[in-house]
Amino acid sequence: MDLENIKYFKGKKPTRRKFLRGALLAGGSVAASSVAATHALASSGADPAIVDKQPWDTRFGAGVDAAPYGLPSPYEVAVQRRNVPWLTADTVSSINFTPLHQLDGIITPNGLCFERHHSGVAEIDPAKYRLMINGLVERELVFTLEDLMRFPRENHVYFLECVANSGMEWNGAQMNGVQFTHGMIHNVMYTGVPLRLILEEAGIKTNASWLLVEGADAAGMTRSLPMEKALDDCLVAFKMNGEALRAEQGYPVRLVVPGWEGNMWIKWLRRIEVGDRPWHHREETSRYTDLMADGRARRFTWELDAKSVITNPSPQAPLTHGRGQTVLNGVAWSGRGTIARVDVSLDGGINWHTARLSGPSLDKSMHRFYFEFDWDGSDLLLQSRAIDSTGYVQPTKDALRAIRGKNSVYHNNGIQTWLVNPDGGVENVEVS
Amino acid sequence: MTRLARVSFAFLGVVAGTGFVAGAYAGSAGYGLGRLAHGEEIAAWNTDVRADGQGLPAGSGSVLRGEEIYFESCASCHGDFGEAVGRFPALAGGEGSLSDEDPVKTVGSYWPYLTGVFDYIGRTMPYGDARSFSSDDLYAITAYILYLNDLVDEDYMLSAQNFLENSLPNEGNFFLDDRAITELPLFSGEPCMRACKEGVEITSRAELLDITPGTN
Ligand code: HEC
Repeated sequence: MDLENIKYFKGKKPTRRKFLRGALLAGGSVAASSVAATHALASSGADPAIVDKQPWDTRFGAGVDAAPYGLPSPYEVAVQRRNVPWLTADTVSSINFTPLHQLDGIITPNGLCFERHHSGVAEIDPAKYRLMINGLVERELVFTLEDLMRFPRENHVYFLECVANSGMEWNGAQMNGVQFTHGMIHNVMYTGVPLRLILEEAGIKTNASWLLVEGADAAGMTRSLPMEKALDDCLVAFKMNGEALRAEQGYPVRLVVPGWEGNMWIKWLRRIEVGDRPWHHREETSRYTDLMADGRARRFTWELDAKSVITNPSPQAPLTHGRGQTVLNGVAWSGRGTIARVDVSLDGGINWHTARLSGPSLDKSMHRFYFEFDWDGSDLLLQSRAIDSTGYVQPTKDALRAIRGKNSVYHNNGIQTWLVNPDGGVENVEVS
Repeated sequence: MTRLARVSFAFLGVVAGTGFVAGAYAGSAGYGLGRLAHGEEIAAWNTDVRADGQGLPAGSGSVLRGEEIYFESCASCHGDFGEAVGRFPALAGGEGSLSDEDPVKTVGSYWPYLTGVFDYIGRTMPYGDARSFSSDDLYAITAYILYLNDLVDEDYMLSAQNFLENSLPNEGNFFLDDRAITELPLFSGEPCMRACKEGVEITSRAELLDITPGTN
């Protein structure tokens, strides 16, 4: 009896997508769908959602402990990370995407943080977890997880963006959904030990200037990290949003490299080698270098330029309410500091309006912006443009392509355009 | 060794640009946490190979031996000639394609350092059975990849001694992040707010491609 409500919901849940399709198909216009909603009212005009008794207001719901680790409402089952099957050869070296259009505020829930693995998820027994530091140090040391937890720790909210985020959009508008165009990002509060303290514990030799950071997964992921960044704000983190890291985010320990490309945030961190020059490993040569139009390539492009996107409306989140009061909702971030301002355009960049930032404005964290307006039901070309605390203004995709060409794969922080049709449907487009 | 010099020069460029002072962080004993690592432990994990050859293990391997291993453990994904099967990466070919519309990045066309190839195969391949090759096998496979890229003859033997003689063709075509000069000044300053362009036209539409997965 106590779980009956949950069972009932499971049998009946409408998937969000079907609902939206239904709404848009019914007469092909939002106006028609609001008429349909009106028809649901009883002939008296009273709303059955109010006048009828409901299972939840007459019977017991689930008791405590029905789900000792709680899950979202069954109605939210469509809120999921999703991958693009044709993109990669195999899911163990692949990526899925954060459903930005279904989230709000600035924190990404742990189960929705996008995943990027090169050899699948390492499942590490914390009792067997070790962090080694070797190379140009006074003492080559090994730490257990317990050792790490005895250092002074700090809490910081940082975005992690895969530098291939929006990489599919260099050639033009390709993916019809903000989840796929911009979903290689999450924003999390980390608890961890400043990397500086761990380096000091080992005692860095005077000629040391670079680190090799290495993961314990079957990809043995490695990146070279300059010492200056390591001593500045990197964290050796063991908690995300208050709980242990998820296995797919590096449990039990990952590196946090604020504002820099996600590939450097080594998951399942197991070794830090101190050296006097970079290693030039595969992930900083063959990959994660930016090929320019002339065939030469930039390397060590670590910092993420300021970027923003409107998450709602967007192709996966059409406007279903018709004309009238409308909320634009979006996120912005910069690898160089905070977001000072976000402007939005409704006409493809002819005129701009300053959006309203809401929520904490933290260094190298996602920021949330809103813009409310009265939609007259005509076509819209929505854009957003972030301006960060250094004065950098998010450029257009054309401005980026003029400098880099179309083959750089990484670091696409160009302005995104969504076309909103009069029926409320939204498309990913590019404009002149 | 000119390559060595170039690597450290590249690094100096970064350091000079960021005002970093080497001696400033020489640490003192901190919290007394952790324990000293054993030599055997360091040897087990410290297997990386750096661009200047630091970390190359003793050993050698021939193109012919590499071919045997390649056909057994690699060709199913990377193709008989390194040309790739399906969406797996190509290991050979693509020379001169980097400024084309569809550049092909391979060991021969793109990678700057052979040490990276040796290091990467040692830590990840064969895919799903990582860290299973002996040092001699790794030299042999690496030699074979050089051969697939027409960089050595079929009787070549690669070893710790001659490894750094094998510079890769694209090594000189990488340059340090220059966004601070080429982009940041362009993308700064108060942006236009009103009547910023004459009009707009839609130039590209994702819907026409129809490659987005359904979200159901
Ligand atoms: C089951 C398929 C498979 C097999 C077998 C396999 N590989 Fe791979 N290889 C991959 C995948 C997938 C990647 C890309 C992994 C990634 O990026 O995370 C890759 C990447 C590579 C790369 C890097 C390519 C680049 O340009 O960055 C090299 C080099 C390589 N493999 C060599 C080998 C060798 C040598 C063998 C045999 C010993 C081998 N592979 C066997 C699937 C395979």
